[in-house]
Amino acid sequence: METLASLLHTSPATAWMAVKVLMAFGLIMGIAPPLTWAERRGSAMIQDRIGPNRAALFGKIRILGLVQALADGVKFFFKEDLVPPHANKRLFWLAPLLAFVPAMLGFAVIPMGRSFLSGGTEYHLSLLDPGNGMGMLFPMAVGAMAVYGILVAAWSSNNKWAILGGMRASAQMVSYEVGLSLAVIAIFMVTGGYDPHEIVKAQQGTFLGVLPNWYVFRQPFGFLVFFVCMFAEANRLPFDFAEGESEIVAGFHIEYGSMKFALIGLAEYGHILGASALITTMYLGGWGIPFVADHGQIPVIVTFLVFLTKVIALCLVFIWVRWTLPRFRYDQLMNLGWKKLLPISMANLLYFAYRMRG
Amino acid sequence: MNPAAPFLPVLILIALASVVAVAILALSGWLLPKLKPNNPQDAKLLPFECGVPPVQEGARHRYSVKFYLVAMLFILFDVEAAFLLPWAVTYKAHAWTFWAMLSFMATLLVGFIYAWGKGALDWER
Repeated sequence: METLASLLHTSPATAWMAVKVLMAFGLIMGIAPPLTWAERRGSAMIQDRIGPNRAALFGKIRILGLVQALADGVKFFFKEDLVPPHANKRLFWLAPLLAFVPAMLGFAVIPMGRSFLSGGTEYHLSLLDPGNGMGMLFPMAVGAMAVYGILVAAWSSNNKWAILGGMRASAQMVSYEVGLSLAVIAIFMVTGGYDPHEIVKAQQGTFLGVLPNWYVFRQPFGFLVFFVCMFAEANRLPFDFAEGESEIVAGFHIEYGSMKFALIGLAEYGHILGASALITTMYLGGWGIPFVADHGQIPVIVTFLVFLTKVIALCLVFIWVRWTLPRFRYDQLMNLGWKKLLPISMANLLYFAYRMRG
Repeated sequence: MNPAAPFLPVLILIALASVVAVAILALSGWLLPKLKPNNPQDAKLLPFECGVPPVQEGARHRYSVKFYLVAMLFILFDVEAAFLLPWAVTYKAHAWTFWAMLSFMATLLVGFIYAWGKGALDWER
């Protein structure tokens, strides 16, 4: 750390801050394009097709079609950038920005690895150091911001499909936020704090002798609610009512093209990554290695790789679910949110509160 | 120490994301248009409705989204969550507050059961 800082002529704290910010941003920007490729290849595998495999660098390097992600990026830049005359120009330009920025904050407070000592100072692998009293409230607040991008895009497009999609998205997000927050409160209660570092620490060791001490095993019903709500918050199938290709064509981004569309698309994959990181931290032990109670001797890079493995595995689950389940009907979505998930998460909270009572 | 200091990295991340997004939009919207096609046509500029000419002008009409009740219920339960959050983090040290909290939850639960019974949660009504 000191060598890096002296190379950059700054203090170690500043250098570390720059590293952290670049990591949180670079992880999402770096994983999202390959994730689009994984989505298309994965869907092709599930549907017994081939999927993108033609794009090649210099006519040779294909890497299983991974170059397609690069080609898509270049193509987006050179597509006609049409702003329809019936749209509100300013809001139409603002919407991709509003969608993109909250999505890029997915890793903002997530601890991505073990904290370590270097030169007498403790460094944390998360943008928010422990002990400031906010912790996991931040990703929940930012997650709620995501609906603004969709609503502004829908409204400014002045298109019937778009507005229908935006309305659906807002009602859906609002309905699933309730069950989500009650499920999360049960975690905060058992941990005794909002802090993601504490939540990860509370999940180390073994549970019942045979399972990792993760909240997914200790609060399976809370996990179920949180997991389902994360699909709804990320607007993924089976809950992608904002887009619903077969019903409202492409929903809120129907009038978008070129790089504005690419930003909205990146935001979607950013939300998947953010949701995976949240699930990992809250329920799957974060950067903790299963069954290991003391991480003091394990290299920081190993804990980081463990975290990354869990996040990417969850992203693949998101893709797997998308191409396996059909879309819900809208009344089914509302029934599930209000009549099933909300009572389950309430009962989950009350059960754990009752067990801890004085 | 400045109370905002711990949040500095998060603020920098927000700034970085905004700058990148604005740069991408600027590049695509102002610098590249000379290189990309630009031939708007009447049909292309219509609102997209699956190839059918739009029946009405604009799209901002009234929709029955039954949003009102959902929004009301959401505010109720979100405020409940907001009350529960500070209680949840201190519950370990104040475990005797369980019954007090249960009375609060029970009040809400009665309201929830009432709304359910009244059919406020039925979408297709």
